[in-house]
Amino acid sequence: MTTHREPTPRPPHQVLDGTDITRVVTRIAHEIVERAKGAEDVVLLGIHTRGVHLARRLHARLAQITGREIPLGTLDITMYRDDLRLKPARALEHTEIPPGGIDGKLVILVDDVLFSGRTIRAALDALNDIGRPRAVQLAVLVDRGHRELPIRADYVGKNLPTSLREAVQVRLSDSDGVDAVLVGDRDFASRSSQAMAAEPSAPHLPE
Amino acid sequence: MKRHLVSTADLTRDDALLILDTAEELAQLSGRAVKKLPTLRGRTVVNLFFEDSTRTKTSFEVAEKRLSADVINFSAKGSSVSKGESLKDTALTLQAMGADAVVIRHHASGAPARLAQSDWLHGSVINAGDGTHEHPTQALLDAFTMRRHLNAGPGKDLAGRRVTIVGDVLHSRVARSNVHLLTTLGAEVTFVAPPTLLPIGIQNWPCEVSYDLDAVLPKTDALMMLRVQRERMNAAFFPTEREYSRRYGMNGIRMAQLPEHAIVMHPGPMVRGMEITAEVADSPRCTAVEQVANGVSIRMAVLYLLLGGATLADSPRTESVETAQ
Amino acid sequence: MTSYLIRNAQILGGAPQDLHIADGVFKAIGTGLAVEADIEIDATGLVALPGLVDLHTHLREPGREDAETVLTGTRAAAMGGFTAVHAMANTTPVADTAGVVEQVWRLGQEAGYCDVQPVGAVTVGLEGKQLAELGAMHESAAGVRVFSDDGKCVDDAVLMRRALEYVKAFDGVVAQHAQEPRLTEGAQMNEGQVSGELGLGGWPAVAEESIIARDVLLAAHVGSRLHVCHLSTAGSVEIVRWAKSKGWDVTAEVTPHHLLLTDELVRTYDPVYKVNPPLRTAEDVQALRKALADGTIDAVATDHAPHPAEDKDCEWAVAAMGMVGLETALSVVQQTMVDTGLLNWEGVADRMSHRPARIGRLTGQGRPISVGEPANLVLFDPAYRGAVNPESFATRSRNTPYKGLDLPGRVHATFLRGRATVLAGELAEQGGLA
Repeated sequence: MTTHREPTPRPPHQVLDGTDITRVVTRIAHEIVERAKGAEDVVLLGIHTRGVHLARRLHARLAQITGREIPLGTLDITMYRDDLRLKPARALEHTEIPPGGIDGKLVILVDDVLFSGRTIRAALDALNDIGRPRAVQLAVLVDRGHRELPIRADYVGKNLPTSLREAVQVRLSDSDGVDAVLVGDRDFASRSSQAMAAEPSAPHLPE
Repeated sequence: MKRHLVSTADLTRDDALLILDTAEELAQLSGRAVKKLPTLRGRTVVNLFFEDSTRTKTSFEVAEKRLSADVINFSAKGSSVSKGESLKDTALTLQAMGADAVVIRHHASGAPARLAQSDWLHGSVINAGDGTHEHPTQALLDAFTMRRHLNAGPGKDLAGRRVTIVGDVLHSRVARSNVHLLTTLGAEVTFVAPPTLLPIGIQNWPCEVSYDLDAVLPKTDALMMLRVQRERMNAAFFPTEREYSRRYGMNGIRMAQLPEHAIVMHPGPMVRGMEITAEVADSPRCTAVEQVANGVSIRMAVLYLLLGGATLADSPRTESVETAQ
Repeated sequence: MTSYLIRNAQILGGAPQDLHIADGVFKAIGTGLAVEADIEIDATGLVALPGLVDLHTHLREPGREDAETVLTGTRAAAMGGFTAVHAMANTTPVADTAGVVEQVWRLGQEAGYCDVQPVGAVTVGLEGKQLAELGAMHESAAGVRVFSDDGKCVDDAVLMRRALEYVKAFDGVVAQHAQEPRLTEGAQMNEGQVSGELGLGGWPAVAEESIIARDVLLAAHVGSRLHVCHLSTAGSVEIVRWAKSKGWDVTAEVTPHHLLLTDELVRTYDPVYKVNPPLRTAEDVQALRKALADGTIDAVATDHAPHPAEDKDCEWAVAAMGMVGLETALSVVQQTMVDTGLLNWEGVADRMSHRPARIGRLTGQGRPISVGEPANLVLFDPAYRGAVNPESFATRSRNTPYKGLDLPGRVHATFLRGRATVLAGELAEQGGLA
């Protein structure tokens, strides 16, 4: 029904609030412990920017559950992007591989939104240059669909069917002052960098 | 950032910090098993060296290869029309070969600026040292080295840090590039040299000038020794090598006058016994070798920032030519 | 011969008058002239000046016909309002023999666009070692009276003294290119703030001034005439002023570009600004304008120095030195001297025609605009404003520093002994009639 409406931009509406996000992170942490058999060889790598915040939260939760410090790192995938030439060169974020490295480990990549899959493709390429993990898994807060590559998430906070006209914004208190996931029309939304930039083949590129 | 790197005077503080921070990230690469990034795949970078310089050329080449660029080394000697192919024809040739960037070292001051302003080629021009004018990537790696020792951390500058640059300022492209960049980053620069080796008009540069090295040493956080070529002696810039090193050379006794935290830098190649004694050159406070390593990171950062994103080289230029006054 | 009636021309910027030109001379001058003429020109708003005389032109022939020839150079001269040019000696072969100066002189005659007065070299091959046959050049058909090693300085003090003395025998003058060679080894531009920043070899003012100081003393000592080429520094002005105050027979010239441009332009590293002597500072420019206004500097001389494109389309260090200037000289002088109130049109006529002709001892040039005098005349439109377009130049070369710059004024017509070499801003397509 809504498809027939005039395309006046819709203000974003909230689909997850702070409590939801905390619950989702806790659930994913438990899933990791369960599926990774105690998470003994797990290395968490957060993908910039909001993936890093989420990884930090997962890390804290896993510490509570397992009583151990799971190695935590960050990954900047800028140099591996397939859309570098569409914009001026971007500033790099910090990549930090935990002291134990990733060789033979179960690396869990953490990101906020899974969309086209191109970010994760770039992250896999980056991992390839850094070491040889035993396996790589992916944890995301939101899977909004519209994959352009054969990539899937192992841990999903919320599946969120969206249209391409919509933008998904993840806000985290670490960088945005508040925890929330919003969905709104692309034209209306002030963009979430991850949600938008990870999708180079989108018809309208940000100016 | 501009699309060329010809002079450090063109860099804003934000530009400079972006380069330093990017280099800091890229420096991690040297600790990895695979010291390579795919970023400049398909980009062609030409190293156009009109002057021999194994050090700088190698450093650029390593940086280019680590970023997966296609590297073409183009050695050229002499460029006057009477001696062979002109700079213009060389540039047109490189343009026809599809160069996305040209790293140029030239004995004539201003040759890279000329290349950048001309419509001879569309790619980025990176100055790898021109005559006695500038050597921007050297200044950047110097600043990078200083920041690591004196005010480490992303986004940090060199505010209030005192840098003393000693030697042949008159003929030094390193000194010129450094004075622009270091002052942009907030450092206080003092040149120390015999008056014959200081350019006319230096009193209007954003720096202090001293003829007395010993007086400046205790107030120095980073001491940079410039190479002094022996042949300058024949042009009466100073009487003898012995007198020069006595008055302006760095030795163990002078090193003891530096504050504890101060570092001794040298852009290389060092003339041991002239501007620096072996005792200083080999001391742990001397960062000469570290500077070489940092050079690769800085050059990677510059190449990435100029070529990694969208560039004008992807489309023909349409800029108009400037007119006089 | 075609006769002309020029209506309402402002002679030396004065009230409008008519000029009747026939048989190579001014037949009548007055208001409302009732005479018949083949061609009548409405010169309302145009300033009439005596045909300009350039003391310093490089015509490049023989040797560098790819840069300029006597024909193309004199066509450019006519377009700039000149009726006489002094052709500098640094050709290939050097104009150091009667043969070469006669050849250049004859080429000028054949071209017919303006008088070409060859300058003879002071020393053989401009090498500063041995005097050239100055007397022979004087006695040749070219009748050389101005001698110069321009491009190079006669830096040997003894040689300079002898040259100054020797040319007294035929009322000659040595025009010195003042440049101390040791102080300018590897020099690329004015030594100062800008050269220090750009890392280009500095060309100190003292390298020019020390030679001028020495030369005026030498000239005074031997009682000779000295002409100083292209003064470019405030210090040079002071020395010439001092020499003149002593009553010594010293004259000096300044180029249009030194009246307008400064070394700040070198920051572009565009070799179009590379010239010898180099562009100096704004203070120097002001001192030169003032000296030209008060007569310390006697003449504006173009130092028109054409170069083929490849000698400028390159890096600064290997680029040739020099700028073309014949076709823009009067405009630059209007902008820097007239529009600034420093000089009126009478003064312009003095500095660009009368005095240079007198220094060169030219007869029939630099004469007043009065009845019976040879009709050497330029009609100039000072109200015109337009961007300089090198493609429209008559000179074979394009190395102008004024490309795209809005300069005031343009030459409407030039007459050489009653014959129009330029009419309505277009070159007359005839030659060999002089």
